[in-house]
Amino acid sequence: MLDLRLYMAQRLTALIMVPLTFGHIAVMIYAIEGGLSAAEILSRTKGSLAWALFYGTFVVAVSIHGAIGLRVIMFETFDLKGRPLSIFSWAVFLSLLYLGARAVYAVTTT
Amino acid sequence: MSAAGEKTKLKNINVSVWRGDSAGGTFQNYAVPAQESQTILDVVAWIQQNQDPTLSYRYACRVGMCGSCAMMVNGQPRWTCRTHVQKVIKKNKLVIAPLRNLPVIKDLATNMDEFFDKWVRAEGVFHPTRTRDDEIEKINPETSKRARANAAIECINCAVCYASCDVVSSNKDYLGPAALNRAWSLVNDVRDGALDQRLDAVSKSGGCHNCHSQHGCVKFCPNELNPTAAIAGLKLETAKTMFRRRR
Repeated sequence: MLDLRLYMAQRLTALIMVPLTFGHIAVMIYAIEGGLSAAEILSRTKGSLAWALFYGTFVVAVSIHGAIGLRVIMFETFDLKGRPLSIFSWAVFLSLLYLGARAVYAVTTT
Repeated sequence: MSAAGEKTKLKNINVSVWRGDSAGGTFQNYAVPAQESQTILDVVAWIQQNQDPTLSYRYACRVGMCGSCAMMVNGQPRWTCRTHVQKVIKKNKLVIAPLRNLPVIKDLATNMDEFFDKWVRAEGVFHPTRTRDDEIEKINPETSKRARANAAIECINCAVCYASCDVVSSNKDYLGPAALNRAWSLVNDVRDGALDQRLDAVSKSGGCHNCHSQHGCVKFCPNELNPTAAIAGLKLETAKTMFRRRR
């Protein structure tokens, strides 16, 4: 079910997510401790390529990582196989990507 | 006291044995006289010899060498010839069933074809680099590679690890701990010439990357091998190969 390609995709995306997660937590703590309002946060993220890349990368990594993880659970626990399993995996990947990309787009475009 | 009197004083063990075939079956109860230093295989043999000659089971060496007598005992996979009743009995009861994760032929005998086929699929076959005309290669037992090969080499093919593995239960395509442990042993054997072939074989859909590192195989291996570590080694080696080949 999991071959080397999918295994590596899941491990490498995990590797990407670790520093980004810490970055995200650090920013959250900074924003709350500093008492930033939503408007102030948006004024910093809007038009920022750096924030778009930061959260854009995170969204791509999460979409790949999550889709592979759920694929394993669907196969091993719910016996989903073959084409339906591929459709499920792609659907999870595309849904997460769409939802995440939409959020990143909303907070970073001017 | 007479010999007959001694016999009547013997305590009986309550033994439930799974009887049936690939179509299904049920547990049947037997009372087996308890003996000192009695093994599970002794119990099964006693039932077959004294109570029901139609009971089917598999064994050969009786000394933990051949790996043919493994069964489920009180829900756990065991090599029955080396498992003492006193070690595993609970409330004077034993439940003996065929090995988990393998199709049943009859009663306690399972069909081990898929288990051995997976050894071949994992490239568990030695590919020599020398012929009989060449000089015998000197192997230094002190090298770390040889130590890793040696650590995995004592497998007796009993399928206890295969029966203990939850990934095998949920993924019939998975090669399983024994086949992957064998592959790891050969990956570390400097005399073998099929490294790339083997790493490709364990990287396919049912390969080493499906292991969840639950350590069931490590817990139950009667020879105290560590297939989980062998599989982790394969995961690392295949990942390295992926980067090496892309360069």
